[in-house]
Amino acid sequence: MIDDFLWRALLGGIGIALVAGPLGSFIIWRRMAYFGDSLAHSALLGVAFGFLFGVDLQFGVLAVCMLLVLMLVALQQQKRLGADTLLVILAYSALSIGLVAVSFMESLRVDLLSYLFGDILAIGPVDLVWIYGGGAVTLALLAAIWRPLLAMTVHEELARAEGVPVAALRFVFMLAIALVIAIAMKIIGILLITSLLIIPAATARRFARTPEQMAALASLIGCLAVGGGLAGSLRFDTPSGPSIVTAAAVLFLLSLVAGGLASIRR
Amino acid sequence: MTNVNAASLVRVESVSHRFDRDAVLQNVDLAVAPGEIVTLIGPNGAGKSTLVRIVLGLIRPSSGRVTRRPGLVIGYMPQHFHIEDGLPITVRRFLSLARGSGPEALEAALAEVSALHLIDNPFQGLSGGETQRVLLARALVRNPDLMVLDEPVRGVDVNGQLELYDLITRIRSRRGCGILMVSHDLHLVMAATDRVICLNHHVCCAGRPEAVSAHPEYLALFGPATGERLAVYTHSHDHRHDLAGEVVDDPAAGRDRRRSVGSGS
Repeated sequence: MIDDFLWRALLGGIGIALVAGPLGSFIIWRRMAYFGDSLAHSALLGVAFGFLFGVDLQFGVLAVCMLLVLMLVALQQQKRLGADTLLVILAYSALSIGLVAVSFMESLRVDLLSYLFGDILAIGPVDLVWIYGGGAVTLALLAAIWRPLLAMTVHEELARAEGVPVAALRFVFMLAIALVIAIAMKIIGILLITSLLIIPAATARRFARTPEQMAALASLIGCLAVGGGLAGSLRFDTPSGPSIVTAAAVLFLLSLVAGGLASIRR
Repeated sequence: MTNVNAASLVRVESVSHRFDRDAVLQNVDLAVAPGEIVTLIGPNGAGKSTLVRIVLGLIRPSSGRVTRRPGLVIGYMPQHFHIEDGLPITVRRFLSLARGSGPEALEAALAEVSALHLIDNPFQGLSGGETQRVLLARALVRNPDLMVLDEPVRGVDVNGQLELYDLITRIRSRRGCGILMVSHDLHLVMAATDRVICLNHHVCCAGRPEAVSAHPEYLALFGPATGERLAVYTHSHDHRHDLAGEVVDDPAAGRDRRRSVGSGS
């Protein structure tokens, strides 16, 4: 029995780490960490919706995140308020409405911490289907737009001059982030998802010479963090999300030390 | 005033553009023919980059017409180029991002700008001159009919500038493509320039540059070989701009300008 849920958590965590590597790399390159964070926070409203309408929570999160992306794109047509301002208004309104809604639901109130910080006990077989199905869709999406997305990340105007459909790609990329937030929420937790996207990719930066190397290495480092974090979580009975992120932070520190030593030797 | 002919690669006719209420371009005409080098000069904020973006199709002008030859491929070299340090990328990978480029075209383009040895270097480690060469290669990879170069020699020392101008001149004669170039200097342009257009929201004047060799003070500054690569453009304005940017008739403005070129300012 114990083995069962542990294997599911490990399998699920690895699935998420594999997707988080390339996606997190792009979030770093495009300086969208803040966007990812805000979007993830708004996912709580999706959890409340999921409960209210009795659908999969992932579906509720995905719906709310996509709605938020659409509203953001629509509101950006006016130029008076900057994108970051709009993001705060939208995301934290969603988070707060979600918290208010949750306070009305007895059963959910008890579970609130597990949605904020992740819970390996919550991972059932259906969640694994979500993680690997959603993860495969996200990776396929990313692979399909990889080259033009990279071109516009390097220099948007140059890419546009070469005929890259910049606005459409930006939208698809935001949807990919929404998808990963939906599938990662249960294991990592709403408040911590962005860190699993960012920290492994940032750790990989030092060792990569090409974008593709960084993305692949980030996936690998993410898997290590998931393995280490879950082992720690089981051993010390700590919440799974923070344990995984702590492991990722330790790996990042080690990479800094390794890089420091390398530069001294040089 | 411009030699607008049917064979133009791109033709801009009576184009005006405004951002919000500011009129950036007023009634501008511009055309580039195959094999022709057109240099755009003008003070900061004169609308040069806006005009370049209109030529590229990145901005749709408020009014006027832009026609490109059907199937025209444009190679673009933007100014102020910088890649985020968090993004590891080699010169090879950077060039491969150009649409419609194969691995051979990529190496050929790098060789053409004498930068093949940089192919596996990290992009962010390139010097100013090397960066400009690689950007030039990126514009070449797509085998363009028209090259649009926005301040291609900015931030490069004088010798590096002369080398880049040599390179651009050779590219033109080898490939026969048209080149539209923005210069950061008001008076010094590339000698191979066929036509200079001075822009200050509208076209102030246009014409052929004069060889630097005719100007002793430039010779003293850059040496005799410079005359083959750089040229002086003598503005002949029949008007000047007041503080609000409005046009004021003043034939003396042209003479003033000529004097300031002669004194090497």
